Amino acid sequence: MTDPVLEVEDLQVEFRTEEGVVKAVDGVGYALGKGEVLAVLGESGSGKTVHARAMMRILDSPPAFITNGTVRLGDMELLTLDEDDMREVRGSRVAMLFQDPHTALDPVFTVGDQLMELLRERRKMSRGQAREESLALLERVGIPDARDRLNAFPHQLSGGIAQRVMVAMAVALEPEVLLADEPTSSLDVTVQAQVLDLLGSLVAETQMSMVLITHNLAVAVGLAKRIAVMYAGRIVELGPARDVYTTPKHPYSAGLLRSIPDIQVREERLPGITGSPPNLLKLPTGCAFSPRCPLADDRCRAEVPAYVEVGTDRWSACFHPEEVQR
Amino acid sequence: MSSKRPTSFMEGVSEINDTPSEAAAATLWSDVWRKMRRDKRFWVAAALITMFALMAIAPFLFFTKDPQACPIADFAQRPSREHWFGTDILGCDYYTRVVYGARTSFKVGLVVASVTIAIALTLGASAGYYGRKTDMIASRFADILFSVPTLLGAILVLTLFHGGGALIIGLVIAFFGWPDMFRLVRSTVIGGKTRGYVRAARTMGSSGRTILRRHVLPNGIAPVLVFAAYVIGGAVGAEAGLTFLGVGLQLPSISWGLQLAVADTRFPELAYLMIYPSLFLCLMIGAFILLGESLRDALDVKLEPND
Amino acid sequence: MSRRYLIRRLLLVVPVLLGTILLVYGLVFLSPGDPIRRLAGSKPLSESTYNEITARYHLDQPFLVQYYYYVNGIIHGDLGATFSGRDVSDIIKERFPVTFKLTLGAFTVEVVMGLALAMIAALKRRTLTDTGILVYTLVMITVPVIVLGFILQYTFGVKLGWFPVAGIRDGWKSYVLPSLTIGLGSAAALGRLARSNILDNMAGEHIRAAVARGLPRRRVVGRHVLKNSLVPIITILGLDLAYLMGGAVLTETIFNLPGLGFALVTAIRTENGPMVVGLVTLSAIIFVFTILIVDLMCARIDPRISYE
Repeated sequence: MTDPVLEVEDLQVEFRTEEGVVKAVDGVGYALGKGEVLAVLGESGSGKTVHARAMMRILDSPPAFITNGTVRLGDMELLTLDEDDMREVRGSRVAMLFQDPHTALDPVFTVGDQLMELLRERRKMSRGQAREESLALLERVGIPDARDRLNAFPHQLSGGIAQRVMVAMAVALEPEVLLADEPTSSLDVTVQAQVLDLLGSLVAETQMSMVLITHNLAVAVGLAKRIAVMYAGRIVELGPARDVYTTPKHPYSAGLLRSIPDIQVREERLPGITGSPPNLLKLPTGCAFSPRCPLADDRCRAEVPAYVEVGTDRWSACFHPEEVQR
Repeated sequence: MSSKRPTSFMEGVSEINDTPSEAAAATLWSDVWRKMRRDKRFWVAAALITMFALMAIAPFLFFTKDPQACPIADFAQRPSREHWFGTDILGCDYYTRVVYGARTSFKVGLVVASVTIAIALTLGASAGYYGRKTDMIASRFADILFSVPTLLGAILVLTLFHGGGALIIGLVIAFFGWPDMFRLVRSTVIGGKTRGYVRAARTMGSSGRTILRRHVLPNGIAPVLVFAAYVIGGAVGAEAGLTFLGVGLQLPSISWGLQLAVADTRFPELAYLMIYPSLFLCLMIGAFILLGESLRDALDVKLEPND
Repeated sequence: MSRRYLIRRLLLVVPVLLGTILLVYGLVFLSPGDPIRRLAGSKPLSESTYNEITARYHLDQPFLVQYYYYVNGIIHGDLGATFSGRDVSDIIKERFPVTFKLTLGAFTVEVVMGLALAMIAALKRRTLTDTGILVYTLVMITVPVIVLGFILQYTFGVKLGWFPVAGIRDGWKSYVLPSLTIGLGSAAALGRLARSNILDNMAGEHIRAAVARGLPRRRVVGRHVLKNSLVPIITILGLDLAYLMGGAVLTETIFNLPGLGFALVTAIRTENGPMVVGLVTLSAIIFVFTILIVDLMCARIDPRISYE
């Protein structure tokens, strides 16, 4: 990729707990171009949220420790910045969108207070200017009756509106990259579509790059140019969204796709992925997915698969990518 | 996690796994026990409580003499080999009297705890679960009793009835003290009402009482246990205070409060009279508070007033 | 705060207040036997005194009528009279200044020390300082007021002689030890609760979100943590203040301070029933109003409360 906006390389994060050390992120890397949307797809525990928080350096340390990796934003290396410089970066160059707006917004301050606080602190606006700008931001994200909403408290807002407020705060400082961590998971299905549309149009308008973290394949395919599938802390497949969706090259991706029931096909049982999610404290030797994989052989159980190029700009961490059935 | 409707199949699976079955509950308690085992505070508390319990049930195990044997000639002697804590102003062996004091405090603590828990659980659970009118009425009662500070209310009642035994004192303290735990239970139940397994039980037709008994309470019991430990500690202190003021137990009962009252009149010449009951009082209260602390950390409970 | 909540809350004061007074009053008069005799204790009563009292308190009327007169009296500042004829409210006015000064002293210690402990511990969590504060506060809440009072009296009063152990003859110095006796314990309790509350709030998702927006930790994020932590802190402070104003019974007794608490104890010892009733009623009324103010303040701070 020419001139990526964001480049992550071999990011590793471990959690040191009483029960042992958990490798939550085990060598994640990708490049993000300008105006591009990359979906990071995975279930809970795959490391998708942790890797994003690691990039923003907002993980609680202890127990989390970033043990390796580089995160290049333009010409800056984020992981080695000192805290004051990192603070400058947050929000203005890289912003984060959180999953549940009702926990991510402070319940004792009004929406307006929180927006204005951000603008006054980071853009040194006066109270009046901040007010005007807050109003403009709320309108930009499609919130009706913006003037009234400024004086509302978070719990008075519906999930959809509250999440739009979060989006407004995230783009207020016009960041180059937005890390959207499951932005629609706590919303109703109809509202999800609206918020995703909003994000899509913002990306198109401003050429902002976005990492869209989700467990929902439909969400990923709808908005993303490329999809990275994560399992047990690693990216197991990376490629153009449409291609990954139609011809997955990793058994786990295939399993995810198969799990979505097709309304036109009659089936007795819902197909799923056999076995249970990996216990990060006790990962098997070899490929982490091997206990649940229909294609697993002795080599899979002994050796961790390296990345194999399976197409133009397509990668898979599997020894049998061509045998994967949709 | 916030309650979210499953939007993908994989997610739906983990939602169902969140339901606490009985087997899962069993491992939760063994988890708690494991954490408590490792907590030093728990062992200190357990040791002290066991010691006091033994003192209450079988004081003779502690080499005590006859608590009523008080040859007046022996009065006010300093601690010696003969009398480990010395003698009090009536000539009784002070060590014996102090040890026997544990029984009173223990009794009062247990009475207060059991009555408070009984009232708070029934009223609190009903108010929290059934809401509306039940809540209105129960909460008003609680507010009224809450407005009379426990110590003052107990003083009032005990004055009118001219003191009483450990049982009466315990009842009176519980009478004015239950609103605190009531609020706790009520807010816990209100919080637990919206859980998935409660809704599931309701759709399956379980009655309110059954749901309360089988699902809401067992899962909400943690803060109650922690609070109960503090309640006992507080009750022991309250009884000592009331007796000290003269409205609690009267002679010839044996209570640390009485001993402290006497010690007050002979202070500071006979300072040792004050030291021993104070020490035992602090140790007993401390034991229960430590127990509460270790329970709180093991059960990971957050207690806040007026939730 | 929603207007509905405000009105509802204000209206609630009335039944609770009436109920509380009813409780106190009822406890006296609903118990079996002759209330006047019981209030008089073991003192003999002449026929005329008995009749006087019966007339004054309308004791020959049905209970609810008596109760009505009693409440009416309270509204006009009459809390009853002792058998020797003195008005309870006069005695209260006499004694109040002492209790007030003690309240001031103890409350100051509680607020300053309690909040300081909480903030230091929260900022320095997991260090030795934090552990030290935890241990100290644990010990302080364990030691009952009587014992702490004795210890302070002995150490600073008798042995070191820095402060008087009794009476109010030495001006402000008389109030030091008593204030510490109450204040150290309540500061410890407040400190622990505030610390754990602050720590919980510091770990909140909205704090993480604020940091993720690039807001400076100390100044701005601290503002968020503080406001979120305020409700339980104000609640406790309010309750403690209310209790202090009703008279700290134990402390005043130990240090011989002639305040409301000591008046209560004296009333008990001299079997002065009406005095006991009057003082407890006063304390309860103070409580009801303090709780009201606390609730309204909390609703102002945390909007979720009033919009239930």
